[in-house]
Amino acid sequence: MTTMDARSMGTSVRRIEGPDKVTGTAAYAGDTVAAGTLVLHPVQATVARGEITAIDTSAAEAVPGVVAVLTHRDAPRLGDTGDPEHRVLQGTTIHHRGQFVAAVLAEHAEAAAEAARLVVVSVDEAPSTTGFDPDAEAYTPAALGNGQQADTLVGDPDAALAAAPVVVRASYSTPMEHHNPMEPHATTATWIDGRLEVREASQGAELARQTLATLFDAEVTVRSPHVGGGFGTKGFLHAGTVLTVLAARTVPGRPVRFALGRRQMFETVGYRPATVQHMALGAAADGRLEVVAHDVVGATARYKEFVEPAGGSTRSMYAAPHRRTSHRAVPLDLDAPTYMRAPGEAPGSFGLECAVDELAVALDLDPIELRVRNEPDVHPENGLPFSSRGLVECLRTGAERFGWSSWDRAPRRRLVDGWWHGVGVGCGTFPAFRMPGSTAEITFTGGRYVVAIGAADIGQGARTVLTQIAADALGVDVDSIAVEIGSTQVPVGSIAGGSAGTASWGSTVVEAADRFRDKYGDAPDEGDHADAATPDNPWAEEYAMAAYCAQFAEVAVHADTGEIRVPRLLGMFGVGRILNPTLGRSQLQGGMVWGLSMALHEESVVDPRFGEVINHDLAGYHVAANADVRVVEAEWIDEDDAYVNPMGAKGIGEIGIVGVAAAIANAAYHATGVRVRSLPITCDDFLTSGLL
Amino acid sequence: MRPFTYARPDAAADAVATLAADPDARFLAGGTNLLDHLKLGVVEPTQLVDVTGITSTEITELDDGGLRIGAGVPNSDLAADPRVRERYPAVAAAILAGASGQLRNMASTGGNLLQRTRCAYFADPTTPCTKRDLSQGCSARGGWARYHAILGASEHCIATHPSDLAVALVALDAQVQVLGADGARTIPIAAFHRLPGDDPTRDTVLAHGDLVTAVDLPAPTPAVANSTYRKVRDRASYAFALVSAAVALEVREGTVVDVRIALGGVAHKPWRATTAEAALRGRPATDDEFRAAIAAELEAAEPVESPLGGNAYKIPLVTGTVVSTLRGLAGGVA
Repeated sequence: MTTMDARSMGTSVRRIEGPDKVTGTAAYAGDTVAAGTLVLHPVQATVARGEITAIDTSAAEAVPGVVAVLTHRDAPRLGDTGDPEHRVLQGTTIHHRGQFVAAVLAEHAEAAAEAARLVVVSVDEAPSTTGFDPDAEAYTPAALGNGQQADTLVGDPDAALAAAPVVVRASYSTPMEHHNPMEPHATTATWIDGRLEVREASQGAELARQTLATLFDAEVTVRSPHVGGGFGTKGFLHAGTVLTVLAARTVPGRPVRFALGRRQMFETVGYRPATVQHMALGAAADGRLEVVAHDVVGATARYKEFVEPAGGSTRSMYAAPHRRTSHRAVPLDLDAPTYMRAPGEAPGSFGLECAVDELAVALDLDPIELRVRNEPDVHPENGLPFSSRGLVECLRTGAERFGWSSWDRAPRRRLVDGWWHGVGVGCGTFPAFRMPGSTAEITFTGGRYVVAIGAADIGQGARTVLTQIAADALGVDVDSIAVEIGSTQVPVGSIAGGSAGTASWGSTVVEAADRFRDKYGDAPDEGDHADAATPDNPWAEEYAMAAYCAQFAEVAVHADTGEIRVPRLLGMFGVGRILNPTLGRSQLQGGMVWGLSMALHEESVVDPRFGEVINHDLAGYHVAANADVRVVEAEWIDEDDAYVNPMGAKGIGEIGIVGVAAAIANAAYHATGVRVRSLPITCDDFLTSGLL
Repeated sequence: MRPFTYARPDAAADAVATLAADPDARFLAGGTNLLDHLKLGVVEPTQLVDVTGITSTEITELDDGGLRIGAGVPNSDLAADPRVRERYPAVAAAILAGASGQLRNMASTGGNLLQRTRCAYFADPTTPCTKRDLSQGCSARGGWARYHAILGASEHCIATHPSDLAVALVALDAQVQVLGADGARTIPIAAFHRLPGDDPTRDTVLAHGDLVTAVDLPAPTPAVANSTYRKVRDRASYAFALVSAAVALEVREGTVVDVRIALGGVAHKPWRATTAEAALRGRPATDDEFRAAIAAELEAAEPVESPLGGNAYKIPLVTGTVVSTLRGLAGGVA
């Protein structure tokens, strides 16, 4: 097995749509407003649970400019996708605060908003639970959000913990977090002669098409040429899209546009649910793990289950003969959680990697050496060999580059200009998947190869990287390739998700290119054409395939105020071949910034008296600002993986986040001697510790 | 959003008269706070009276050695003015610690003083708030109170005032020039903002229709020339203060001769720490003295407990912030 030869792959081809984006000419879903477009403004539930007993729309309908007010009484009936989020205006039951209970269509935004305010919704309110209590009654889900099983067990962890010479038991908590892509969700829907045309901010036009076709039993075209960040919230369609299409159906021929406001991003498009992770590690005196136990209690929504698979990556990180992961779910009367960048791995690596750090302290052992001593030869649960596994090399090369050995391992040793400084490390993994279901079509026309596939460029650079892959697969320069993606007007593509976009679409493009060259050689004629579906990976059952990382953080904590800053982050990645160093580094750095933001800032605060996230805007919900992001370096090891896909590339969309929060928390401990086990880490954690 | 009318009078007196005649009218200056509130439904005026063309955008020298800042001076211009930067470093530092470049370009000096609290419940018309409506209760008590007051609050309101500039002005004993229906008057900045008491709807002592026309900075003292503004927040920029301090200090031969301390993020108004100042005057400029002085100030503090995050941490945070800032102004490591 070898990976394909690279000529363009591995070089920093400039982002193809970059000039359009920086000059403001790239049209996102909400940017194109045709003449005659109606504005939709929703009416949303103000209680978390109850039954609608009456809706009075008379005052709303009287507002000049209002065209229609839609409620469950008159909304068209929908087909069933099996997803409760899609049952919009289909009944009287309120499942969560913010649920759409009516919609106003008006000629302009102000009239729509004013009319929506005048709709009177009478509700028989029911008792609700919206605050996450990890000690509340919980159930075992049939499967986790990513399809994994809820529990795994190898050996006898409890007995092994009782017998282990060194044991660390600690609980770690991660809060509810919202994606907040820069571009809020936006939909423009038009019904023309029974056909539906949609412009949608989507991570997958084809998935959106299938969903809408099922709901509306119609022929659907979805366009999604540019997407301003997705991070999981633009994968599966949410209620706002369905509401827009539903409303548009009542005004055939007229486009209806709904662009969510920032506050609506906190109540209708999903989030990462809160977790509490009970960790137990047992080790021999030399640091070899005897037992790893990761028991997770997480929040979910009562009306639609999604359980964050926080213990999932613990199944493959370290060797130990006795091991357990478990997940329990506490149902809440909130909108539904969903996939958020590194679902499971991001919060789960906080629990595991902080516990490993605490074990290193208990053993008086370098945390890097502790991890190296527990490197598994094969996957510790399923016994498969690894297609490649760069964790130890990432740790060692990262430590060298970071200057790890120059730091005294004891905590609270370095006070510089009034700030306590320390360093920490945290590791992570993310699976290398390939999604089935794409088709790539290659047509030679006008001297160029047009490569069409329903891929989604959500800012990660799919358009550019697919061009490079196609060029190498066809043996031509990138200038000879024209990639067409981002709609259902090209052959189907799987979603940009699971860090599997490039692997899936790229493998498909390579397959189509191989067929094209088999048929036509390297001197095709005008109109020559070949296509291919995503090939299965013949090694999928033979090897465990995943990306790995080691994240290094330097943290400074102010000795008087407890303010915490991160002057330096270094991520070392084992991710196979980096197809485009500029784009790849940007994506990894972006993930690391997200990890920093998760460590220090992000937390959605639910006020259970009102059933809503009370810090529901970007003034209240902090993401890292420029001034928080100092030196962030992303580097990678040379890794040749012949099994993951022909390109030898593992996905890099999510691995960048994983392990960062743990590295920062561990560095904060090293700086101050204060162990913070709850995210986000803020000044009060240090102020109330008594150690400053 | 409710429909409203928009007026653009030619003279300040006309603007004041227009408001005096319409209890639901509002002045509009930079709009960086008011426009958000219009969109959110926090306020629903019938009329906006644009004063951007009629309030001064000049900074002029006063005969007593001070400066007069026109109410229309953008925050960016105020922070960049060489006289302000040199003579009143705390003022420039306070402005630059707030908002973003774009917002500072739009925001006016007068508007900065009149911005409303960032209490999340105040900004959400679906939750009760006495500051929006006296007939409602305070949702911040028992709610998300991390940003809320530890000093001078009432049972009706625990909101904090969000302005950075106002904290610096309070430390410097600025004077606010106001034009009202009965003519012009001067209000010392320390008496300009008010505590919530029984009426949290009123942030200041201004009557409806009073227009801020200028802010006067008194002639700088040696302490004021040695002043700064320290803001502690959850991220390194673009966030409201958890706690802030405008501090001016003059030390001679190791003894505190003059000191001014105003605190932000702790009360319904910028909080002049007069108890701490009195405790420090004539005392050695040492960490222990600084700590004892601020402890005396904080004896009156009443932190809020809440399952969603209380604010007891602000007591050690104020202490650390003030001690660190005083130490820095005295020549030590801040």
